[in-house]
Amino acid sequence: MRTWPHFQGVRTGVWYTVIVEIEALTKVYEGKQRVKAVDGIDLSVQAGEIFGLLGPNGAGKTTTISIATTRTLPTSGTVRIAGVDVVRHPAEARRLIGVVPQYNTLDRSLTIYENIYYHCRYFGFSHGQARERSDELLTQFLLAERRKAYPSQLSGGLAQRVQIARAIAHRPTVLFLDEPSAGLDPQSRLAMWTAVQQLRKEGITVVLTTHYMEEADSLSDRVAIVDHGRMLALGSPQKLKETFGAQTVIHLALRQMDQVEALAAGLRGQAGIQNVEVVSDGVRVFSTSSEGLLQELVHAAAPHGLRDIAIAEPSLETVFIQLTGRDLRE
Amino acid sequence: MNNVTPDRMLLLKTFLGLMQRDLRVLSREIGPFLLRVGMQPLLFLFVFTFVMPHMAGGSPMATTGVGFGSILLPGLMAVAIMFSGISAVALPLSTEFGITREIDDRVMCPAPVAVVAIEKIVFSSLQSMLAALAVIPMAMFIPATPVYPDLHRWWLLAIVMILSSLLAGAMGLAIGSIVSPKHIGLVFSIIVVPITFLGCVYYPWAYLDKIRWLQVAVLFNPIVYISEGLRSAVTPQVHSMPVWIVLPALVGFLYFLVRFGLRGFLRRVIS
Ligand SMILES: Nc1ncnc2c1ncn2[C@@H]1O[C@H](COP(=O)(O)OP(=O)(O)OP(=O)(O)O)[C@@H](O)[C@H]1O
Ligand SMILES: [Mg+2]
Repeated sequence: MRTWPHFQGVRTGVWYTVIVEIEALTKVYEGKQRVKAVDGIDLSVQAGEIFGLLGPNGAGKTTTISIATTRTLPTSGTVRIAGVDVVRHPAEARRLIGVVPQYNTLDRSLTIYENIYYHCRYFGFSHGQARERSDELLTQFLLAERRKAYPSQLSGGLAQRVQIARAIAHRPTVLFLDEPSAGLDPQSRLAMWTAVQQLRKEGITVVLTTHYMEEADSLSDRVAIVDHGRMLALGSPQKLKETFGAQTVIHLALRQMDQVEALAAGLRGQAGIQNVEVVSDGVRVFSTSSEGLLQELVHAAAPHGLRDIAIAEPSLETVFIQLTGRDLRE
Repeated sequence: MNNVTPDRMLLLKTFLGLMQRDLRVLSREIGPFLLRVGMQPLLFLFVFTFVMPHMAGGSPMATTGVGFGSILLPGLMAVAIMFSGISAVALPLSTEFGITREIDDRVMCPAPVAVVAIEKIVFSSLQSMLAALAVIPMAMFIPATPVYPDLHRWWLLAIVMILSSLLAGAMGLAIGSIVSPKHIGLVFSIIVVPITFLGCVYYPWAYLDKIRWLQVAVLFNPIVYISEGLRSAVTPQVHSMPVWIVLPALVGFLYFLVRFGLRGFLRRVIS
């Protein structure tokens, strides 16, 4: 067991171990089409952890983060940051949070250095403090050489780094990262992961959203899987795998789908196979392991025009498929 | 992280931080800024008070007994105020609200969101005042018959300038938060041009008495009170609307536009 650091609430003076507390949160966008973007989410993020919100496009991740960061008003429910209600006291809540939104929102009229410097000024730093903090962050994030560049001159990875540096410049208690690795090349993504892990060492709590399995898996202490605005599961990646997805998922793509029900029924009884689902282009087989099973599967599926086999080892991916009956990418 | 500065102090620091950011951005754009505020009054004075009087027939308002320059001075100051307010708030806001969402970092500062909008109004009002003051020396040097402002009632000038500049910034805020970036170019032709031409800029309001319906209709135009207020402050020899009407009207329009602009702004940044 880790022991979590404690934080004192700004308003209350009480010490907190729960930094983000979301209760019965809902958000309905009224419009031509009524969208229930968040549909009853409850969760709490402990001080010092890296918390992942994992879900497909449109799951409600951004909406949840926007509410927690005071940019969107909830339809019902509450969010508290270290005890501060974000709807009732947004200005105070903003002192406790840092945000890296899904899109690049760097100030185009300012240089990299100035983006961080003025951010510090907005948070009440004096000229000297702001200058010192900006220099420190530019060095820490390996941006010192680009300090005079403008945001439009930066690559996606660099811009993302500036955004993170800016977001933590006022020393927030919790940092929200919305899809931090979207649009980054693998190398920049790794650099971003290292940066996030470094933040945790400095005691900053991190909440990130992602639809990359590996990111949630390798970076987060705990993961909440969300879909259609609801939370489907919550736990450490390890625990989620043990609870829901200690299974290998074998996807058999078929040319002929007319006899597919018979194939599924035939497979269901076999040793080592826990479940079989018919999907749009074939069948999905859930098993304890793929060892020894493949040959039988190929044999059984061949008459149906087997054209492809995909094997997913136990991972958050298989957990997700298990929970939603869908692939994250579908 | 627990040293809580008193909130009011932080609010002030945040506000000043936002002002300094705008000042920095403006300082990089000083050339375009000067052109923007200077070109129009310069050309207007040059053509109407220097070129025209040199041509046969004299100035277009020669018959009135008051030089056209005297009529034009407060009017051009009013246009400068209005024009600065709209270009300093509405244009940047509409891009910052656009796809880049650059305003986000400022919205996330530790102050009520309205503070960000109010800072925009205050900062633009400073630009408006500079722009208006810049017209005065131009009017002294360009016209064939120089126009000297009467600064005896400097306190009235100060009050009218402050109210008018804030009003222009508030109008910029309202326009910037309501009009989409795609249509912002149109604002100049469908809002700015009509309200200046019908804003008693090139003629005093009193002269409209021959066209009664128009004289009443323009009362809904805030520029009228800016022009007339400046007229009674800097050119008292020209007949102008009484101050006891102008000042309450400016305050009323200011209140209405701030309310309206803030509502639009909040709606744009908080969903
Ligand atoms: N401002 C809005 N007005 C109306 N509907 C919205 C608005 N913002 C989001 N939605 C809808 O709410 C749902 C959830 O959107 P949200 O952006 O929270 O999802 P997400 O999990 O962040 O997805 P992505 O991975 O695409 O970023 C979607 O169906 C979206 O279309
Ligand atoms: Mg999103």
